[in-house]
Amino acid sequence: MELLVASAIGLLTAAGIYLILRLRTFPVILGLSLITYAVNVFLFASGRLTIGAPPVLMDDVTRYTDPLPQALVLTAIVISFGMTAVVVMIALGAFLGADDDAVDDGPDEQATETEDAV
Amino acid sequence: MTHWIIAPVVLPAFLAPFIVLAARYHMGIQRVFSVAGVLALIAIAAGLVWQASDGTVTLYQLSDWAAPFGIVLVADRLSTMMVLLTSILALMVLLYGIGSKWDERGRHFHALFQFQIMGIMGAFLTGDLFNLFVFFEILLIASYGLMIHSGGNVRLKAGVQYVSFNLIGSTLFLFALGSIYAETGTLNMADLAARAQMVGAEQTVGIRVAAVLLLLVFAIKAALVPLHVWLPSSYAEAPPVVAALFAIMTKVGAYAIIRVYTMIFPESLEATAGLHHTWLMPFALLSLALGMIGLLAAKKLDRLVAFSVVGSMGMVMVAISMFSEAGISAALYYIVHSTFAAAALFLIVDLVEQSRDDLQLTTQPPIAGAPLTAGLFFAAAIAMAGLPPLSGFVGKLLILNAGFSEGAMPWIWAIILGSSLISVVGFARAGSVVFWKSESLRPEVDEDDDDSQEVSEDDQQAPSALAYGAVMGLLALIALHTVLAGPMTRYMQATSAQLFAPDAYMEKVLDTPGKLSKPKDSSKEDH
Repeated sequence: MELLVASAIGLLTAAGIYLILRLRTFPVILGLSLITYAVNVFLFASGRLTIGAPPVLMDDVTRYTDPLPQALVLTAIVISFGMTAVVVMIALGAFLGADDDAVDDGPDEQATETEDAV
Repeated sequence: MTHWIIAPVVLPAFLAPFIVLAARYHMGIQRVFSVAGVLALIAIAAGLVWQASDGTVTLYQLSDWAAPFGIVLVADRLSTMMVLLTSILALMVLLYGIGSKWDERGRHFHALFQFQIMGIMGAFLTGDLFNLFVFFEILLIASYGLMIHSGGNVRLKAGVQYVSFNLIGSTLFLFALGSIYAETGTLNMADLAARAQMVGAEQTVGIRVAAVLLLLVFAIKAALVPLHVWLPSSYAEAPPVVAALFAIMTKVGAYAIIRVYTMIFPESLEATAGLHHTWLMPFALLSLALGMIGLLAAKKLDRLVAFSVVGSMGMVMVAISMFSEAGISAALYYIVHSTFAAAALFLIVDLVEQSRDDLQLTTQPPIAGAPLTAGLFFAAAIAMAGLPPLSGFVGKLLILNAGFSEGAMPWIWAIILGSSLISVVGFARAGSVVFWKSESLRPEVDEDDDDSQEVSEDDQQAPSALAYGAVMGLLALIALHTVLAGPMTRYMQATSAQLFAPDAYMEKVLDTPGKLSKPKDSSKEDH
């Protein structure tokens, strides 16, 4: 199971990085989401993988799963979800305004922008 | 009594929703509450600094949960000083925002401003790494809103870059936290410092990876070259008044590096030997050099100031990466100075922009209120470049002095002095092009038509007195920082000494009783 989880995290991260490097807003946002999924699974696994055990810390319970990473993952999911929503809105605004969804600045974009402004 | 520690977080947290919900359509009420909130913050922060100034570490356990289980806020010299710095900067920036009417150009400026302060304050006060992540996200999400305040295509595009870059940074932060938790089983900073010592010599792989990942995250926030790429365009395209507030955000990264790498991964820790203590210095010197070269190469005034921020953060990081008491205290002195100087410069950029079409470094007819603005730019540029009368010079001397005993001393001296010269040239060129030579264009315009000239003079009204007052306030603070250099340096030295003797901090956090503090020995030893 460790191999399965580890390779899933690796695959999600690799795909996410590839998509981010596409430098268009849609692939970049998809890539960011994939990486946040990867990190959520990673956080979950940081408390060791235990199957079928309750998340409790008590003296008489011998076999349990660590509850803290689950709380951390919940926080991380909420935050990354909110952040993704924000970046979608800003990217949509930028795309509708400029009719261009490239994330990076073009070679001489700065110069042309300011010439246009003048 | 100790409840005051959480006030800098709770006060803006309540004020912001109040402003959104109750005062949504009343700019006047928003302004009153926003300014009153920041004034109250200054008072609270001053009280906290006074409380911590004799070296006491004050602890606040949320819901009374004992340290490794519950989240704690800790107020020591360093964090209270940064809280006070933030609240003073916030007041000046807020006054400028009101005086220049930037807060009317988009919605929810004051609410986002308060949320931003809440995040920054929390990041300075928290004693828990995951909580630090949460406060980072709060300050970031508020900064996303502020960054695109009043909109515009160029600003939105820079906003997309800024948000994407910071989202990647947040993800890295989570990876770092996950590996730290997997290795040590705790995320409380004091507990972590104790457990990092216990990591066996053969099992250092995980903790080393975590230490480097964490350093990468903080280096992104602190805009260390080569991770600075997000800063120039986002600071230049953000509304200048927001960029002035962002002057403290890079310092959050610097603060986190100081906190984590003096307490959790100190130089004496064998598990992380030869990592950040070796590799941070070259990159710090590189970002100092690159920032100042970028300053010289900038074609627009706002980019010039943004690169000066990169350069000054390089200076701070050079002092930090010595990881010596003298180095850190010099860094702290310089942090206060460069926060005010960068904020003043960004506000001056806005003063210039109000009566010019663009910020290109080209000579154009004089702007409204040119003599005063030029004088302010002159003073702020002297401060930022580190020329004698102002505190930049004192800070630089302290850093040079601290670097004297380092192995890399020739490099440190050569790059600091060389980059200072470059920044002086860069600022002098910008000042002469924008302010000085513009006088030569005045008669040319006069020849055209006297009437039209008068009309255009009326059109471009000089910025308001409040706006000028805020900039002058920042410069006065820099002057005060220079005049009081002696007491300030002594305070920074005491702060630095406290950082290098973290035992008191750790004892305070770990030994203060609270809920669940008794079974600590039996139940938490499983990792």
